[in-house]
Amino acid sequence: MPIDFLYPEYEVVRNADRCIACRVCERQCANEVHFYDPENKRMMSDESKCVNCHRCVSLCPTRALKIVKTDHTFKENASWSGTNIAEIYRQAGSGGVLLSSMGNPKQYPIYWDHILINASQVTNPSIDPLREPMETKVFLGAKPSKIQRDDAGRLVNNLPPGLELQVPVMFSAMSYGSISYNAHESLARAATALGTFYNTGEGGLHEDFYQYGPHTIVQVASGRFGVHKAYLEAGAAIEIKMGQGAKPGIGGHLPGAKIVGDISKTRMIPEGSDAISPAPHHDIYSIEDLRQLVFSLKEATEYKKPVIVKIAAVHNVAAIASGIARSGADIIAIDGFRGGTGAAPTRIRDNVGIPIELALASVDERLRQEGIRNHVSLVIGGSIRNSADIVKAIALGADAVYIATSALLALGCHLCRNCHSGKCNWGIATQRPELVRRLNPDVGCQRLINLVTAWNHEIKEMMGGMGINSIEALRGNRLMLRGVGLNEKELEILGIKHAGE
Amino acid sequence: MLLEGEARIPSGCAISGIFSKTGEAIPGDVIVRSIATMHDRSNGLGGGFAGYGIYPQYKDFYALHVFYDDKTAKGTCEAFIEEHFDIINLSKIPTRKVASIVNEPLIWRYFVRPLHTKLEETQLEESEFTSRCVTRINSDITGAYVFSSGKNMGVFKAVGYPEDVGRFYRLEEYAGYCWTAHGRYPTNTPGWWGGAHPFATLDVSVVHNGEISSYDANRRFIEMYGYKCNLLTDTEVITYIIDFLVRKQGLSLTETADVIAAPFWSDIEAMEPEERERMTYLRNMFSSLLITGPFSILIGFDGGMMALNDRLKLRSMVVGEKGDRVYMASEECAIRIVEPELDAVWSPKGGEAVIVTLDGGAA
Amino acid sequence: MKKIYVNEKWCLGCHLCEYYCAFANSGESDMVKALKGIEIHPRIRIEERGNVSFAVSCRHCDEPLCVKSCISGALTEENGVISIDPEKCVGCYTCIMACPYGAVMPSENGAIQKCELCTKNAGGLPACVKGCPNKAIVFEERAV
Repeated sequence: MPIDFLYPEYEVVRNADRCIACRVCERQCANEVHFYDPENKRMMSDESKCVNCHRCVSLCPTRALKIVKTDHTFKENASWSGTNIAEIYRQAGSGGVLLSSMGNPKQYPIYWDHILINASQVTNPSIDPLREPMETKVFLGAKPSKIQRDDAGRLVNNLPPGLELQVPVMFSAMSYGSISYNAHESLARAATALGTFYNTGEGGLHEDFYQYGPHTIVQVASGRFGVHKAYLEAGAAIEIKMGQGAKPGIGGHLPGAKIVGDISKTRMIPEGSDAISPAPHHDIYSIEDLRQLVFSLKEATEYKKPVIVKIAAVHNVAAIASGIARSGADIIAIDGFRGGTGAAPTRIRDNVGIPIELALASVDERLRQEGIRNHVSLVIGGSIRNSADIVKAIALGADAVYIATSALLALGCHLCRNCHSGKCNWGIATQRPELVRRLNPDVGCQRLINLVTAWNHEIKEMMGGMGINSIEALRGNRLMLRGVGLNEKELEILGIKHAGE
Repeated sequence: MLLEGEARIPSGCAISGIFSKTGEAIPGDVIVRSIATMHDRSNGLGGGFAGYGIYPQYKDFYALHVFYDDKTAKGTCEAFIEEHFDIINLSKIPTRKVASIVNEPLIWRYFVRPLHTKLEETQLEESEFTSRCVTRINSDITGAYVFSSGKNMGVFKAVGYPEDVGRFYRLEEYAGYCWTAHGRYPTNTPGWWGGAHPFATLDVSVVHNGEISSYDANRRFIEMYGYKCNLLTDTEVITYIIDFLVRKQGLSLTETADVIAAPFWSDIEAMEPEERERMTYLRNMFSSLLITGPFSILIGFDGGMMALNDRLKLRSMVVGEKGDRVYMASEECAIRIVEPELDAVWSPKGGEAVIVTLDGGAA
Repeated sequence: MKKIYVNEKWCLGCHLCEYYCAFANSGESDMVKALKGIEIHPRIRIEERGNVSFAVSCRHCDEPLCVKSCISGALTEENGVISIDPEKCVGCYTCIMACPYGAVMPSENGAIQKCELCTKNAGGLPACVKGCPNKAIVFEERAV
């Protein structure tokens, strides 16, 4: 139907003077945008297929390519933007729910960018991390309310099992299936080398990766895919996924086309069958049910592993977190509404949930008001973009952060937000062997290590500037933060003063 | 301008402490001479002293020292005290006029014992009951501020140079086995008497020089356990941390020092397995009570005194010994002025607690 | 010594190595100027069929058959690197037939050409190794 015609969003601009027709663009584009015209001996392109992933741009040896947003436009209308109009055409044509990938791209406030960090001047010295020890080791887990001593009066280690992180950063849940084997291997090896953890997501644990178990968080989600005794025992911690920031309140759906080979085996479902995770856990309809699952998992692993409960940041997050803190969970993970996903209904991704900064601040404060902040550790994720975001998150009250989008970017993701197509040109969100191969785990692992190491250096520099030489002294230290351009209510929720105060 | 307690004010300082291990009564003017030597480390915006063993005739009763802004506050507060305690004795704290000390509040002292009925009703230990009552007065009764609440000890403080504060309170008339002193150098304060140091809760008093960078992390943690940091000062939060760790958790002072000025992980890893496990436990268990940034503190408590520096030793602290006397001060001159011939003098390392106690145990 | 090794597991068949090789040995400083509108004659070649691909270039064998077979002494081995002196090459192509890997080939000017580990051009890391987007071609020391 002509109504359904949408002019391509991006245009491939090829500088004919620079193009040497080496055809690397053609060979590397899984969307088949580029092709060679032997008659005229020149490269051509069909931009209607372009997703703007930059694979061709990055590999072009002569910088002959760039992708630009088209200037083709609908009549300007503040309410009826081109996106709004185009989405209506698409839905009127298909009758379907719109799907999107990666985090919420809409223009909501980004509170990280309205928070500034303190530094020492005169009254107290800053500390140079190149000269003095600067500590970023973090322990996650519940803390008992009292010490214990043996008959001889010696302190008894009465701490329940927890996690020890050398850096306050973990890789958050991404399933094998939603991302490739090589992406998982890169994450697993990097987590091991960095002394931190990666997370299996709801896809089970490939048998090749059991060796990284001491640095693996195994997830139990509503579909229970890939969950069995050896799986639970393989990880250092078990995460119950109640929700995800990109799509709070709904489940997941990995199409049968991706359930092939090892993925089917790892998830323990037949090849070609859709992997549908229900919206709720059907054994958890309330908080007391959650408590039962927490203790079932602890029972199954002989109380040797901490249990994490992951929720999406929603309106009532503080009360929910308080309930979870009393449910036997050792760690609460909160995922903000800008968190990524392999696929989510567009409307949900863009309209459901709340910013992680506000969720974190209110959860931390609520748990303190109730005197139970020490019963759990808080891990937050969903839009941690750099080390300053981490410093701000920890000062607001987080123990550590989860990163996923940043980790994928380190692996080569260019945020084209087309994961759901399964044709990831960077070998990340795909299961096609010829594409998966594009991510060499030797390269991927090193890049992840580089990223986290670089961030850790920056965290240390910022801590040193504040005169803080151990990260626990930053946790919840909101006096180290000031808001800029925020209203009274926002400052009140964040629990920080305005700059200048 | 915001008052103390409404804004956080950084300050530099001088501290000094004197202790007699045999429990000999040291007159108050000795500590005044010591702290006066470090005049330049204060700026006249706060000075104070804590003396231990100074009320032998009332040693079984809590001595509440209270500042009142006016008679209304006094009336409300006294009604509250009467409702919760037996008042054994009450009086104005004797002072003398000193030209540089002005705007003094009403300063009263009460020797009290918690009412039996109240203890039974609340099911609290005597000390916890008293501590909670003090917290309630300080946060709920406007214009009343309890600045000392221990047994057989007392805090004396004011806005002014410490030597003037000592004369104001006629400290030469008191004698005790332990004295600590403080001269304050706040960068910016309207000067409130309650904001001067020492800061005390029950028999634990703290004088502190430094500006801790972990303040809000410490404050927000400790406030979960019934403490209210009304003054927004480092000393206040340090005092509560010590009270929490020692009185509520039952840690020894050495263990307390291992928490608040914990060794670096790199040092812990080099320790023998048992010690390594103990240190790892303490750092993990009480991670939010690690204090970072510069501090040197003197903690007075029933029967003892402890000196502690931050783990990088970003503030000066000297210890001297002569016979049964132990001296601890920001500068050696403050020790030499009262005891020129010392048996030993040294600078404790960062994070290394120096603890002295009475030979015969607590007083 | 360090040699070029290829790992077909990570080869994407993108052929960039060929272009970087051709450019490196072109003597030009700009890739467009060097390669625009010409057919390239690189010393490294991608072999591919179906989903398998890998780069082939001189392995600098410990017992090089090409050197042994060279009738004019144009091919020599020095410090493990086998190089060609085009002045001496008579174009008999015996070496091409002798090389079991197909890594020696005729050049545009009649003499043979082969990978010389970028020792005769700008030098440093061989251009194919530097240009490989997936580390499928590496330059490293390996135990024999």
